[in-house]
Amino acid sequence: MAFPKVAKVMIKRAFILFLMVLVATYITVIVANAGGYIDKIEISSIKLKISQTVNGNPAYKGLSLEERQKLIDKLSQIEIRSRGLDQPFLIRSFRYLWKAITLDLGRATVLTSDSGSRSVRIIILERLPQTILLFTTATVINFFIGLFGGLYLSRKFGSFWDKLVIYLSPTSAIPGWFYGIFLILIFYTWLHVLPPGGLVDYPPPTDSIAFFLSVLKHMILPLASWVIASFFIGIYSNRSFFLTYSTEDYVEVAKAKGLSPRQIERRYILRPALPPIITSFAFAVVFSWSGAIITETVFNWPGLGLTYYRAIGVFDVPVIVGITVVFAYLIAATVFLLELIYGIVDPRIRAGQGGGL
Amino acid sequence: MSVSEEYSLRGIIRELLHYKSAVIGLLILLFLVGISAYAIFFTPYSKSGQLWNEREIWLKYPKNAAPEWVNYFSSKKLPRTIFLGHRKEGHSEEKLRNGAITELIYTDKFYFDADDFPDDIIIFVNATYARSRPKMEVYWTKPSGDTLYLGKYTLRNGTNRIYLTNNVRLEGDLAEHVIKKIGKKPNFVISLNRALFISYNGKLETEKGRYSARLKFTLRNEGDKVSYETVIYGKVYGIAGTDDQRRPLDLGLIWGAPIALAFGITASLIISFVQLIIAAISGYYGGRVDSIIQRLTEVYMILPFLPILIMISLLYGMSLWKLLLMVILLSIFGTSVKTYRVWTMQIKSYPYVEAALAYGAGNMRIILLYIVPRLLPPIVPTLVLSIPSYVFLEAALSFLGLSDPNVVSWGRIVEEAFSGGALYKGYYHWVLMPSIMLVLTAISFALIGLALDRIVNPRLREM
Repeated sequence: MAFPKVAKVMIKRAFILFLMVLVATYITVIVANAGGYIDKIEISSIKLKISQTVNGNPAYKGLSLEERQKLIDKLSQIEIRSRGLDQPFLIRSFRYLWKAITLDLGRATVLTSDSGSRSVRIIILERLPQTILLFTTATVINFFIGLFGGLYLSRKFGSFWDKLVIYLSPTSAIPGWFYGIFLILIFYTWLHVLPPGGLVDYPPPTDSIAFFLSVLKHMILPLASWVIASFFIGIYSNRSFFLTYSTEDYVEVAKAKGLSPRQIERRYILRPALPPIITSFAFAVVFSWSGAIITETVFNWPGLGLTYYRAIGVFDVPVIVGITVVFAYLIAATVFLLELIYGIVDPRIRAGQGGGL
Repeated sequence: MSVSEEYSLRGIIRELLHYKSAVIGLLILLFLVGISAYAIFFTPYSKSGQLWNEREIWLKYPKNAAPEWVNYFSSKKLPRTIFLGHRKEGHSEEKLRNGAITELIYTDKFYFDADDFPDDIIIFVNATYARSRPKMEVYWTKPSGDTLYLGKYTLRNGTNRIYLTNNVRLEGDLAEHVIKKIGKKPNFVISLNRALFISYNGKLETEKGRYSARLKFTLRNEGDKVSYETVIYGKVYGIAGTDDQRRPLDLGLIWGAPIALAFGITASLIISFVQLIIAAISGYYGGRVDSIIQRLTEVYMILPFLPILIMISLLYGMSLWKLLLMVILLSIFGTSVKTYRVWTMQIKSYPYVEAALAYGAGNMRIILLYIVPRLLPPIVPTLVLSIPSYVFLEAALSFLGLSDPNVVSWGRIVEEAFSGGALYKGYYHWVLMPSIMLVLTAISFALIGLALDRIVNPRLREM
């Protein structure tokens, strides 16, 4: 009986989320084209290219300067119209939106994929796994450290370790990429034990086990930087969170009933605390992908973030827009997944009362 | 967190001083504010960006020098920069006239006791002459009494820069001289700066003691003038060292302080206030206004913040303050709006709000004077705690090379260190000094913010 209600809620939410993605992508498109500015650059580059080919073509040598100019204008007009650049920006912006939404991301102007392709989609698909590998691993590690560390400290609050974590929690005001710089300084510049960045050794090992180990070695520092950055605050906030739940009246009742501490923890503390914890986990994952840009740049990790950084350097607008749209999709997917999980763990939503985040 | 706690802002601040960690945080903050005030009032701060980009004005600073305090921690003492010239200690002058020709002999004596060799030697000579060009001969006497001839240079009108250590022929001659003195070819390279300071015991060690540098100028016309300054570049400078373009980092760190504080605090303050007002409007009015605002926050949630911000600052090439505006615009519909909205809905039904409605207060009056002030205390910790994230946001954008070229920020110095290869060449100070400033800023606000959090949420305090 409950399931159709959940499904209805979910379909409704999926639809709303899709609309949100649409709006977000549209904003991205408008910003990325600088309100039509990029198109002007494109038009002038078309004109330049055509005038070069016309002037360089021996077949047109006999034409007078005026006739040649006329020819150039005509050919440019054809090219501009064939690319749809003669339409007003408003109409074009919707066309770009459609292309972005259907992930028809066009061709990069400068960057290429490792396989040599100019297709933005191929470039992104080639880089996405590395980003997901590194940052999802980091977020999962952080999640479990926070969860178990928090549970442990909530059991023995006021102890030495508890105080230590409280005192050290301000260290988490410093972001992961910044710790990364220190880690490179210590483990590469000073101690020479770990590589300063990259995905694998050069040349990459041919043997798959050696390859895996090499990737693992390169992952240590970026992972460590993210773990350090959220270690104390992760434990601290989870601990405070569990403590608030453990002072609830129903926990006291459970204690009075003589339930074991483990049972109390599982049934009366962890279960009600679960939805917010899942939310924070999902947002951590989402946040990690956009944070990837700087961390990947620091560690030269060949993922989406580094590609984004390179695209900035060479002003490759299709790649920039493409990656931004992919980020938007990833965030939307996470939000949707989150609601799906909520539907399972939160009885209020299961009952079909709806409600959002 | 709930809004029922009764706390005035003044009460919060008074209570803050009971926390040791908060006091430490406040002291660090005071230090940073002090530096900022110093930067604004005692340095040419308004021109800092231009000065930082200028190459010529930093010529008399050493290159890639470590901070001076490094010497306290290492057994090998690094040399400081030594300035020789008119009116400096150890300077003496002699004037010989021979018809129209004037010979000026300037001798500078100085004491050298560092264990490492200086980097470069540049002689800056200002010359004015009527017809024929003045000549300059350089002699170098070591504490042992060995005198080296460092060549003869013809001067132009105006400022001459004699890069003594770039003279390849002289380098070869001096290396031969040193090898002759030692008696065998040593297993290290004898560069010019080493030849001038090496002791002849066969090891790569400096000779300590009184050196003297003698410049002999030959002026051919009446009224010709020369003045000079010799700079023997050391390997340590100031409390923060210098970078690869000889810029003193301590100045950069001072100039970065107002930027970091202003950017972080302004961003955090404005974003929190605007979010609060938006949330109050959303929660108070309800209905269509509410649902529009809620949908907007959801769109904002999906907008990838950093990529969009990077894209905007790249495409529109923005100044720091426009960037700040963009950060604010991209954050005002953040997820906190949802939390604040729930609080507003609680407050809305409080008797004092109903009383205000009863006496006929307008909607905006109720929102701004009755609801927002009530919501302020619980958001103060969040506000303070989010300041470091904006400071680091600026640093991150600078790190990606998107900084305002007219602004000297700590992030920019870190970026310059990175692209200058500081991590690979081992110039630790270049990365560490600006990083320490960023860390100090972050820690200071975090300490204050966490203490505030405990004050405003007494539940945390008991535990």
